[in-house]
Amino acid sequence: MKRIIQTSLVFAACAFVFSSGAIHAQQAKPWEKIPIPKLHEFKPHQPRRIELKNGIVLFLQEDHELPFVSGSVLIPGGARDEDAAKAGLVGLYGQAWRTSGTAKMSGDAMDDLLEAKAAHVETEGDEDSTSLSWDSLKGDTDQVFGLAMDLLFHPQFSAEKLQLAQQQVATGIVRRNDDEGEIAERESAKLVYGANSPYTRQPELATIGAVTVDDLKAWHDRTIGGKLIVSIAGDFNPAAMEAKLRTAFEGLPPAKPMPPRHDSFAGPKPGLSFIDKEDVNQSDIEIVGLGTDRHNPDVPAIAIMNEILGGGFASRLFQKVRTELGLAYSVGGGMSFAYDHPATFHVAALTKSATTVDATKAALAEIAGLNTQPFTDEELARAKENILNSFLFRYDTRDKVLAERVRLEFYGYPANYLETYKAALEKVSVADLNRVAKKYIHPDKLAVLVVGNGPEIKPGLDELKLGPVQSIDITIPMPKQPPAEQKQ
Amino acid sequence: MQKKVSPWFWKGFLALTLMAMAVVVTQAQDLKSFEQRITTKVLPNGLTLLICERPEAPVFSYTTFVDAGDVNDPSGESGLAHMFEHLAFKGTSEIGTKDYADEKVALDKVEAANNAYEAEYLKAVGRDEKKLAVLEQNFKEAQAEAHKYVVPNQFTDVAERNGAEGVNAETGLDDTRYFWSMPENRLELWAWLESSRLVDTVPREFYKERNVVIEERRMRTDSSPIGRLLEQFVATAYVAHNYGRSSIGWPSEVSQITATEAMDFHKKYYVGANIVVAVVGDVKAADAMPMLEKYFGRVPAGPKPEEMTTVEPKQFAEKTVTIREQTQPLYVEGYHRPDYRDPDDAVYDAIADIMSNGRVSRLYRSLVRDQQIAAESAGFSPYPGDKYPGLFVFYAYPLPEHTPAEMRDAIHKEIEKLKAADVTDEELQMYKTRTRADLLRGLADNQGLANSLAEYQTRYGDWRELFLQLDKVDKVTKADIRRVANQVFVPSNRTSAWIETAAPTATAGQAATAGKDGGAQ
Repeated sequence: MKRIIQTSLVFAACAFVFSSGAIHAQQAKPWEKIPIPKLHEFKPHQPRRIELKNGIVLFLQEDHELPFVSGSVLIPGGARDEDAAKAGLVGLYGQAWRTSGTAKMSGDAMDDLLEAKAAHVETEGDEDSTSLSWDSLKGDTDQVFGLAMDLLFHPQFSAEKLQLAQQQVATGIVRRNDDEGEIAERESAKLVYGANSPYTRQPELATIGAVTVDDLKAWHDRTIGGKLIVSIAGDFNPAAMEAKLRTAFEGLPPAKPMPPRHDSFAGPKPGLSFIDKEDVNQSDIEIVGLGTDRHNPDVPAIAIMNEILGGGFASRLFQKVRTELGLAYSVGGGMSFAYDHPATFHVAALTKSATTVDATKAALAEIAGLNTQPFTDEELARAKENILNSFLFRYDTRDKVLAERVRLEFYGYPANYLETYKAALEKVSVADLNRVAKKYIHPDKLAVLVVGNGPEIKPGLDELKLGPVQSIDITIPMPKQPPAEQKQ
Repeated sequence: MQKKVSPWFWKGFLALTLMAMAVVVTQAQDLKSFEQRITTKVLPNGLTLLICERPEAPVFSYTTFVDAGDVNDPSGESGLAHMFEHLAFKGTSEIGTKDYADEKVALDKVEAANNAYEAEYLKAVGRDEKKLAVLEQNFKEAQAEAHKYVVPNQFTDVAERNGAEGVNAETGLDDTRYFWSMPENRLELWAWLESSRLVDTVPREFYKERNVVIEERRMRTDSSPIGRLLEQFVATAYVAHNYGRSSIGWPSEVSQITATEAMDFHKKYYVGANIVVAVVGDVKAADAMPMLEKYFGRVPAGPKPEEMTTVEPKQFAEKTVTIREQTQPLYVEGYHRPDYRDPDDAVYDAIADIMSNGRVSRLYRSLVRDQQIAAESAGFSPYPGDKYPGLFVFYAYPLPEHTPAEMRDAIHKEIEKLKAADVTDEELQMYKTRTRADLLRGLADNQGLANSLAEYQTRYGDWRELFLQLDKVDKVTKADIRRVANQVFVPSNRTSAWIETAAPTATAGQAATAGKDGGAQ
């Protein structure tokens, strides 16, 4: 993979000796003389894919290294699909589904049974999906699978467990302004997508208080008929496992596809926003814009541009803001891509209050520099080597291979996506980089958010000359009654 | 490059939990399988190499485990071990420099300029501000001169261009760990890079990196309510031992650490006898060992640094810390316990497991499920380190409208139950089952395994203890748990710390805008 080093190595393979002194060391580049043999032959172990007649997809990934079996059912539909007036519903569902249990066995009894076996059955609510997962020692496979299926097909949502989940979520809500980084991440995403977007709206005490047991049941009934993806990994007998999965899933009615979403993504209003936090001595600077999605054919070039901008130790942001200026411990970012909607462009740096303006200017300059500081062959070569030589770590375990296949299946990408992506990365040229920078990097369209200690920030933010500083109010809306007494 | 994150979690395998009849693979077989795949070798310089063959994919992970951390920082130099760790990414006399001979001269001038500046700065009487300004300017110019010879980040650049994944290091109070993963055909390149930086560290860009570390402190401690609480908590719990000292360094000290001090630390602690290097993955010991010996044989032999003499005296007075500020309430308490070599070490793990692990745990069921006063509550140990006597810590996040005092009382009630009555057979068995299963689960991860093997090899002198500890786990009895609880969880051995939410103060929120009207939306 690494041609330059490999060839220079042939004649030096056995000649390398340590130069203990420093003389001429800088010319020597001794590391380039170290032999890099051919990588051992490796073909990632692909799971077996079975598509049932009703559209449900099964993945079986055998792995006999350790005596465990794990499984998961991925269900389309998540928090972005919930009613805004009940924001937080899917999060509550993810908790109460499991803790409530089934008609046959309460969630508490299930806890006792499973924990005694060091086994788990868990449920979760996510942005675009919910899931049920389980794992156990090999000997408990059948029993734990049975419990998981009971929970999948016969859940019994309880008011008591919903209330417990509401209390947990409420605690998160009232604590959400305690941590500077959490504020910065949340509010900068709102700047990009809008405060009421399905991707950024926050559960509030009122919206979670409005969620009822019937809402949870309705959500379950609505999503369970979707295109489920069932995956199993570990130390099992493949024929027996396939039979078991077919018995559980083959008889279900044809899977109903999720209705397509029609979100609009305008991107942020350019300008400078500020959130004051009196108990910090460091500013969190977020520079944000709209990103893209993986269907975009420019993604390989953007990935390489990201690596050059903020990817690793040698990236422009790290080199300038951290290494050269010593202004930040944490600095980085780039233009992200999601699978089915535009992600964000996002560069962040944490710096002491007094250097907020300096660090912001330095980071903005590096972003603008993507269009004004031409990409070099050296930068391109380095970024490619960084990405391609470590590409292996995307599929070096059977669990990772399985997770990737499930992800591709869920978002409708071809199974060989990683291979084609890698091939496309290899082809990216300097001209491609210049082209995507020109196309996607528009400093005048970016928003800047600073979370920090106002009185300590000197010089003030107006030095940035980004227009009037907009204060963002992050006060947490408090309903008249505590949520626990509101429901049902 | 980082401090260990304040753990509400136990670290690595030391704390992971165990059982059972259902496990087909017996303990002996596990150990036997690893016996066949693990090769260790102690080099003449005292450094231990450990190779674990796990050819699942053509990759390997390594951990270099140095038995020195911030607990070893000399007085007045808190944060030194961590500062050195950052230096270990800056290259050597062969990598990261345009011309080391000239750079060396420039670096010596930087050090002299810093010494001159500091001498004036620290003058208690008669500090000359004008002279100080001149000395500061000299110091900056010396740094700029030295910077001309730097090839920035070349060490990490070479690693990353060769496919290194997860390049990082952690400095804890007890130890410093360097680690990453790489394609297997880069093993020799890695051995060169890693051994070079252990042997031939150059204090390059030290003073700029010091600013980076101070930013890290602002992020982890100063600007984080939990960070602030924990720093005060351990500083109060300990009166003598260095566990009570800020591990990332007190601001006045970490801001004045010098490159000379960092290099002295290196000389004393980065000797063969103080280092274990573990490699796990697609590596054949028979081929690799001679090559690794050649590279790591370069590490200086040096004597194993003397052990610390300070032993934390027995606590006799209950202590509390109250922080009143505008963040949500939190309650923490800790009890002194012995170090990891104590015969009761597994008993503490059993208590933590029964009190805290999952929705069956006593604290969850009592505080979260039944009383509904907390969002989360657990107990774990040891904190803040395990090499020396640490604390057994309990904590709870109150639900809205509930107070730290309620958390304290509810936790104490559960502790009293532990002291008054035996845990059930089911609880004890569950602990043993989960510990064993979790140990097995961890064996499938190269990086986690490298870390654990290096840690056990250092702490017990034998990696086998990773498996043999299960014997100790199996031997824990209900009576042990009651005995230890009665011994340790007593008020005179307790330090508690909590955050009480203060009313907002009327700060000038718009000050950052220098008078511009923000106009809240």
